[in-house]
Amino acid sequence: MTAPLGKDLLGIEPLSPDQIQLILDTAEPFKEISERAIKKVPTLRGATIVNLFFEASTRTRVSFEFAEKRLSADTVNVAASGSSVSKGETLVDTARNLEAMRIDMVVIRHGASGAAHFLAHRIESNVINAGDGTHEHPTQGLLDLLTLRDHFKRLKGLKVCIVGDVLHSRVARSNIWGLQKMGAEVAVCGPRSLLPSSIKDFGVTVFDRVDEAIQWADALNVLRLQLERMQAGYIPSLREYNRVFGISRERLERARKDILVLHPGPMNRGVEIDSDVADGPFSVILDQVTNGVAIRMAVLYLLSGAKPELAEQAKGGQP
Amino acid sequence: MAPPPPPQSGTTPPASVVFDTRALNRTLRRMADEIVELNDGTDGLIIVGIQRRGVQLAQRIVSLIAEREKVTVPQGALDITLYRDDLQTVGPRPVVGPTIIPVDIDGQHVVIVDDVLYTGRTIRAALDELADFGRPRRIALAVVIDRGGRELPIAPDVVGKKMDVRPDQRVDVHVNELDGKDAVILAPRTPE
Repeated sequence: MTAPLGKDLLGIEPLSPDQIQLILDTAEPFKEISERAIKKVPTLRGATIVNLFFEASTRTRVSFEFAEKRLSADTVNVAASGSSVSKGETLVDTARNLEAMRIDMVVIRHGASGAAHFLAHRIESNVINAGDGTHEHPTQGLLDLLTLRDHFKRLKGLKVCIVGDVLHSRVARSNIWGLQKMGAEVAVCGPRSLLPSSIKDFGVTVFDRVDEAIQWADALNVLRLQLERMQAGYIPSLREYNRVFGISRERLERARKDILVLHPGPMNRGVEIDSDVADGPFSVILDQVTNGVAIRMAVLYLLSGAKPELAEQAKGGQP
Repeated sequence: MAPPPPPQSGTTPPASVVFDTRALNRTLRRMADEIVELNDGTDGLIIVGIQRRGVQLAQRIVSLIAEREKVTVPQGALDITLYRDDLQTVGPRPVVGPTIIPVDIDGQHVVIVDDVLYTGRTIRAALDELADFGRPRRIALAVVIDRGGRELPIAPDVVGKKMDVRPDQRVDVHVNELDGKDAVILAPRTPE
């Protein structure tokens, strides 16, 4: 039990309910640190962390960077554009070169599903998946769980519906696995063209009508509709999507019940969510952002002790 | 009152009771009085307990001060885990408890309360953590047991009982809220 989470955080699917519980409980005291006048503890002093972002990101990258800095780690940001990646260097070479400069952790976002997993088995440093293709975005899933738990004081038995582009969403996968492990009931709602054909295998309820989903759910997690999906022919038009699946105040009022609305951001106001919902009384969207820093601090803290025991195994991996 | 055990000779003595409920209560009452005396009253006084047993002991001291002085002084809790100097070597990440500093500590008199003072490393971490919340006029240290064995130049201001404890022994302060009874027990250190 020297490493409660192992060397890396690659996804929520491999975690046990106890491990998820540990991360959520550990995040609680970290919330207070961000409220202090001096928002910093010396826990990771001397640790060097590289944020390796091969895809655009503001919220996640800044959130990780705050988490790292509030734990006193030294951080370096590497973006794919303007780095040697754009000159054709492979992922492993990039990471091994960084590692040769004696780093301790890598936070990676990559467009390819499995990129974090691939890297984790080839370098000694702790690897944290900050989103890999359409696979997982574990820290987003965890911060959603924390936000739900803050509000409802429980996760067991909670009914959560994920609304929108489940097919392309790593946030959806991390949420489904995390919620189910913690005993919540999960449903999805969206156009059939944007649900995976194997959705039933996830053990979730499928709603075709968003009004039914609202009636059923304690909370909605509204996913971003990427605008490229329209060009690719998944949906006829953004306006139609908004009319059929958009979360509007009228829809929520018609349900005559309290319901929590989450959104991982960035939002397309007027597409998947209307402004008066995003800024309304049911929205916890900014709480999610605040919780994101605490969750990432907890993950960094829990992984940071694991390095010496597990690094040796990873070194043997194939390039 | 048992005499202090002889240093480092023979077998480890069996477990013995240092304080029972009434003795611990008497000691805390005297410590509360000494804290008020040290501060020359209750103005600007803040009692901060170190997680975990120190928090309950701080609560007791605050109640005892309130009984005597009719003033409830602000009470805080400090978890020093994230400020430990051995985090890189302790193995599993210790569980972090809440830190609550309810009032501005600038210019105030903070009294840190802990159960046992040993190496002084916990107090070093607590001083660092308090510095991140502000600049108190004074920080004092109150401990129920000072068992000696300091590894840092740290000294307590208010002491319940000073005793020389062998390195192969441990002192456990039990509080009713967490342990179901109030007591201080001297016991052999169980091999890890």
